[in-house]
Amino acid sequence: MILQIDNDHQRFRKIVKGRIRKDLRKFLTRGELLGREGKHYVSIPVRGIDIPRFRYGDNSDSGVGKGEGKAGDSVSGEGGLGPGGEQEGHHILEVDVSLDELAEILGEELQLPRIKPKGKHRITAERDRYSGIRQSGPESLRHFKRTFRRALRRQIMSGLYNPDAPRIIFERRDKLYRSWKTILQPQSNAVIIYMMDVSGSMGDEQKELVRLEAFWIDTWLRKNYQGIESRYIVHDVRAGEVDRETFFRIREDGGTRISSAFRLARELIENSYAPSEWNIYLFHFSDGDNSSESDSRECCALLREHLIPSFNMFGYCQVASAYGSGNFINVVHEHLGDIEAVVTSRVNTKDDIYDSIKTFFAAGR
Amino acid sequence: MDGSLPKKVVEQAEIIADYARQEELDFYPIVFEMLTFEQMAQFAAYGGFPQRYPHWRFGMEYERLRKQHKYGLGRIYEMVINNDPCYTYLLSDNMMVDHKTVMAHVFAHCDFFKNNVWFSKTNRRMIDEMANHATRVRRYIERYGVQRVERLLDTFLSLEDLIDPHSALMQREPKATPRHKKEDERIVEVTRFPAKGYMDRYINPPDMLASDRAARRQEAERAKERFPEKQVRDVLLFLLQHATLEDWEADILSIIREEAYYFAPQAHTKIMNEGWASYWHSVIMTRYALRDDELIDYCEHNAGTLATSPGRLNPYKLGVELLRDIERRWNTGRYGPEYDACDDMARRREWGKEEEPKGPVVGQGSPGRQRIFEVRALYNDVTFLDEFLTPEFVDDQKLYHYRYDPSSGRIVVVNRDFNKIKEQILFMLTNLSKPYIYVMDGNYRNRGELYLAHRHTGADIDIKYAVETLKRLHKIWKRPVHLNGRIDDEPILFTFDGEQSTQQHVDERIDKPANAF
Repeated sequence: MILQIDNDHQRFRKIVKGRIRKDLRKFLTRGELLGREGKHYVSIPVRGIDIPRFRYGDNSDSGVGKGEGKAGDSVSGEGGLGPGGEQEGHHILEVDVSLDELAEILGEELQLPRIKPKGKHRITAERDRYSGIRQSGPESLRHFKRTFRRALRRQIMSGLYNPDAPRIIFERRDKLYRSWKTILQPQSNAVIIYMMDVSGSMGDEQKELVRLEAFWIDTWLRKNYQGIESRYIVHDVRAGEVDRETFFRIREDGGTRISSAFRLARELIENSYAPSEWNIYLFHFSDGDNSSESDSRECCALLREHLIPSFNMFGYCQVASAYGSGNFINVVHEHLGDIEAVVTSRVNTKDDIYDSIKTFFAAGR
Repeated sequence: MDGSLPKKVVEQAEIIADYARQEELDFYPIVFEMLTFEQMAQFAAYGGFPQRYPHWRFGMEYERLRKQHKYGLGRIYEMVINNDPCYTYLLSDNMMVDHKTVMAHVFAHCDFFKNNVWFSKTNRRMIDEMANHATRVRRYIERYGVQRVERLLDTFLSLEDLIDPHSALMQREPKATPRHKKEDERIVEVTRFPAKGYMDRYINPPDMLASDRAARRQEAERAKERFPEKQVRDVLLFLLQHATLEDWEADILSIIREEAYYFAPQAHTKIMNEGWASYWHSVIMTRYALRDDELIDYCEHNAGTLATSPGRLNPYKLGVELLRDIERRWNTGRYGPEYDACDDMARRREWGKEEEPKGPVVGQGSPGRQRIFEVRALYNDVTFLDEFLTPEFVDDQKLYHYRYDPSSGRIVVVNRDFNKIKEQILFMLTNLSKPYIYVMDGNYRNRGELYLAHRHTGADIDIKYAVETLKRLHKIWKRPVHLNGRIDDEPILFTFDGEQSTQQHVDERIDKPANAF
């Protein structure tokens, strides 16, 4: 059914998308958000569009509330009929957005990466159905009528019920809650292999960029495919597999031989992830300052001969560095520019992260 | 919208209308329509109307309502528009008992629209007018393009609060005197108090009249030099009359202004109106309409509507409790000079208790009931709270005054002091908690610049917003615009000259505007 307001809504969405892009850009680039990753909830203001008006400023931060409490007690919940309240408040929508929702917002822009249906296990899609009743649960799911009926029955049986003054008081044992069943549906398998150059030329600033970029890639893919596997490889002249924590923390020195990482990735894939069963995503982060041209060429050969046939996508992200040539990206373009599954992007500042992610996932790679 | 109403609902509407009439509610005919949630969200975003001009902010509101619904954070139970006939929308997936409650509720809303004096000048054919506005704006969009029209709407909407909500009910300007009267006669009509002939020269001393007359003449001379002659509260009207706008631009401005005036009384009577409607849905449902098997659902939903969480004032709850309090007070003689003068709380609490009618519901024709009918006709939220809030009520309702505590970053209870609470509530309600802005000069420094001022009533304006709003105002006025605002007790002049925003301290070096508060 088409509503008249759909036009206004579309128009709003268009404006917001432009706006959310800006807000997201800011958001993506705020380093401290990573710190909250563990809590699963990130609070981002989902703003409407604010029409500027003459209004009161901050010194009117008081109001009248209703309830218990003595002077000095904290008021839980938001201010009530506060100054600039009710009417004004409508225009700013502050919503706690979970990582999932954030990924969804990203997703509107970026589209889902194409994960080919391979394999029969691991990744599951969950669906909840509210189909039952149980004795415990959150109050928001309390089934009022059933609870009431039980309380009534109990009171009648125990002789506490007085028809002239019918007061029904719930006890804990009366309460019944709606409950749900989770239905699991198998989906295809995927693994992401992150590789990072941790040589001496990769400074803190560069690693911070990598960390943010990897965080968003991770958030995005995990949101869509629970049970996805991630592997982490760091390298200088040698490569080694590390855990997630270490990957983002590690400090190394020394030169760079990118091929070492690719070799290890190839080993990983050969040992654990049969390309017929798995969707494989490779991401490599580096400042592009490889030790020798010959190694760069070897990397491309490795990619072309051994890795490309097996993976869905290889994303190369080059961060700007004060040192070195940053030539690796050019070598990749030269040798592998014809291959659709190879995507490169440059990240010079935090502002570029958004565009970089967009490049990687645009058109559902 | 197919508008088809299930037969059962139609029957109930008639039955409940009868109950409402029986209780002496006096309302316009009501047209009920059944909507799906999506339709309801559209209507709500449109302020209740089936048609509005195209603008993204309606889409924004629509999205908010849908999101709210999706996360179970709230739903729209009732929507009613002030129109003759009133239109009321029912949500199709509601239960019958909800429909009945909503009906009882909106008959009272409609009674309020019809009888409250603040609504007396509103357009009762607004539903047609809104559609008319929509058509006009669409026509301009076709002619001038969506970008231009939308930008203009955005600009005007920044200023839509700047109206004079009381102007419909009062005479701001002296009535235009016929031109054939001598100018002098018009000016020198000074105030004379009525007096018997022999007392006249004492009550209206001739030398006093003469000096009044002279002062008026002088003032009139000076006024001629000023533009506007007096500060103007209705900034939108001033712009409409004096800004250089093309006809279609002026027409859009007049649309925004007309709609702002239409909605203003609803904002100014929110607590009363919701209180009144809640009072009556409660009476009608519990005394007449409720079936036994509907009781529980009714109670749960009614409790939900009236629920308060700590730190929130629910206008439904505040309104209904205060109306009930007034009814009780007038039934027990708790009013008048003697009662007002009594400061013995214990005595006030016991006052007239023996006269109080027994039973939970006080019937028709009681003095209390008569009083609340008067109140609903004559008051708005500010006067309602100002007149009827009592220390006992504040105590019973457990109201407190809170403040943001910068040291702890929390909002904390300050105290439960009646005067402070009342002052705070009135402050929040006065002018809908928006700053009073006046046009002080339309030809500032004799350069055609516009000079506005904020009349400070305890809170400073927000600087960032003010600067942005001035930029938009400049688009309309097209000459430099100024706003005099008090920030931290210092008068500051904010200026936007078309290129840059400046702020300067107001002192004697700065030219004075034509008018002063």
